[in-house]
Amino acid sequence: MRKISYARAINETLHQLMHKDKKIILMGQGVTSPWYVGTTTVGLVEKFGSDRVIDTPVAENSITGIAAGLGLSGMKPILVHPRMDFMHYAMDQIANHIANWHFMFGGQHKMSIVMWSIINRGGEQAAQHSQALQGIFMHIPGLKIVMPSNPYDAKGLLVSAVRDNNPVLFIDDRWLYQSTGYVPRDLYAVPIGKAGTIIKGRDVTIIANSYMTVKACKAAQILKKEGISAEVIDLRSIKPFDTALIAESVRKTGRVVVADGGWRTCGVAAEICAFISEKLFKYLKAPTERVTLPDAPAPASSVLEKAYYPDENSIAKAVKKHIKIELSRFLPGVSIIPAAKSLRSTATVGPRLPSASPRGERREASGGRRRIK
Amino acid sequence: MSIIEECARPVDKNSIKGIPAPVLINLYKTMVKIRLVEDYIGRLVSGGKIKTPCHLYIGQEAVAAGICAHLKKDDLVFSTHRSHGHYIAKGGGLNGLMAEVFGKVTGCSRGRGGSMHIASLDKGLLGSSAIVGGTVPLAVGAALSFFLQNKKSVSLSFFGDGATNEGVLYESLNFASLKKLPVIFVCENNFYSTHMHISKIQSIMNLYKIGELFNIPSFRINGYNVIEVYTRTKDIIENVRQNRKPAFIEAITYRWRGHVGPDWDLDKEIRSKEEVYWWVKNCSIRRFEKILLDEDILDSSSRKSIFKEIRGEIKDAVNFSKKSPYPKANELGDVFSS
Repeated sequence: MRKISYARAINETLHQLMHKDKKIILMGQGVTSPWYVGTTTVGLVEKFGSDRVIDTPVAENSITGIAAGLGLSGMKPILVHPRMDFMHYAMDQIANHIANWHFMFGGQHKMSIVMWSIINRGGEQAAQHSQALQGIFMHIPGLKIVMPSNPYDAKGLLVSAVRDNNPVLFIDDRWLYQSTGYVPRDLYAVPIGKAGTIIKGRDVTIIANSYMTVKACKAAQILKKEGISAEVIDLRSIKPFDTALIAESVRKTGRVVVADGGWRTCGVAAEICAFISEKLFKYLKAPTERVTLPDAPAPASSVLEKAYYPDENSIAKAVKKHIKIELSRFLPGVSIIPAAKSLRSTATVGPRLPSASPRGERREASGGRRRIK
Repeated sequence: MSIIEECARPVDKNSIKGIPAPVLINLYKTMVKIRLVEDYIGRLVSGGKIKTPCHLYIGQEAVAAGICAHLKKDDLVFSTHRSHGHYIAKGGGLNGLMAEVFGKVTGCSRGRGGSMHIASLDKGLLGSSAIVGGTVPLAVGAALSFFLQNKKSVSLSFFGDGATNEGVLYESLNFASLKKLPVIFVCENNFYSTHMHISKIQSIMNLYKIGELFNIPSFRINGYNVIEVYTRTKDIIENVRQNRKPAFIEAITYRWRGHVGPDWDLDKEIRSKEEVYWWVKNCSIRRFEKILLDEDILDSSSRKSIFKEIRGEIKDAVNFSKKSPYPKANELGDVFSS
């Protein structure tokens, strides 16, 4: 099998799908420009023409509605929103129309549309050019949401999204575009709603999606060196999410850290934690932990960006805080694992803003230290 | 003569020449059907028999009847919260409409949509939205679909004067004009956006000029005279069908009742009694009926039998609805298509 980049996997999939099915229309802002969507749409307009690869005006709400109208009348639109921030403009069509259409008319319609939504952040782009809005969309009934973390899943999930008869948000993160992986040449489907175990482990389950899965795997390596065996689950789909695989893992490890690249409050991580708390409470050995963005808009300055975006260290810290609390609860004053010594000095969790570290977090951390002494 | 004064003019007997009698009778039947159904639904609301918010089409019948007469089965229509008239004019069955407002599972939307979400896939009414201007881009999308598939069908978007304040309308007009799509934008100007007179919310009083801004052939028609609607939109729609480019129609009309429900809203300081009475006195159905009787296209007995037939149909639909079961709670799980 060949190793190709994530961006190339998407490009290849679009070529193959559009070749196979003439009803597929790719439309959205910048679909013919590398400035918007990187190399993912290279060669498409040349091959399929501007009737099927439609670069659209900056009019997100109507363009989304127009794509929905295409879907309702027998075509298969893949609508790209090259920057999720602008999807707020399209919220009426997405939430009021697209998401409701099947249910609201008694199931007469198939609202068949893929909304390819790109998280495009970093590089000091600040609050309106950085948003990861999966949590908002996850809240709305009637939408399916997939978030691949690697080239293989990007191809397989895009195929599933296109074959689905419902509105599917295919959310990808520009930070993944250069990552590489083995991808079969032929089309194949990765089913919507099925997560995958990326790394097997026994002490803790790290549940992640999209780019945070990459970070979770790195965190698992850090933890391994410290004697902690972490299992990494890649959600792949956040709606519906794979409750069975999560349950299987949590029953085994009893400890959970959920990492998501969106905001904290009412976010993806909050929902997964709520599910675990409701259905798997008796298996938990420690409270669930979330690694997310802080509840703050994205900053510009690189220094603030570094503090804003969680990484592998944030996840590793969250895991260790987790295990520490457990120790303090069951074995007060006793440290039984070799890593425990190093835990004492690194007990904070999540991204910490340099000058404005959340007070509660600091107190919690120092409280934890006191308990373990 | 102002456009409003024109709305009260008797129907000119020369204007019906050349229109076959069965077509005239069908236009009349459609208008009467909409009127009687809406009147009945209004009474169901007053009597507390149904709860879903009903936005009655009474007064505007000529617009839906005259325009939909030119549409074919494969042409697609998108509607608004005030959709019953469009549904009936596009051929939707009364059982489905009535059961829907009763909240029954046999309704056209299985009791999930209510009065504001009426659709008939079979008849080409693809849906109606309670969000002002919400279905306009959907109609443009359907037109794009026809264009891409090289079909000779057209799509049509009904919206009210209130929608001319929504940004999505302007975005949609631009795209339709830019891509030369076979879509007809029909703005039913009934002068009121809920409780606000158009003059209080819109800086452009000639709403058809909005279409002109986007180089779309745009027309203002007297929507209170079904013959004028029928005659003028015949060419407009045919032109869209043949030449694959959009059209914008502003149809002047008047909604007799309040924004929602059967009330006349005469005591809410929204509009004067005199204004409402003037439009009622010049009823579009009465004026049309008069010319049909004068020209012997209709006589009193055939008129009577039309009313009887429609009343019977309404009665059957109400009985059907009453006998139909309510949806079961497991309907709530049907969020996705298979």
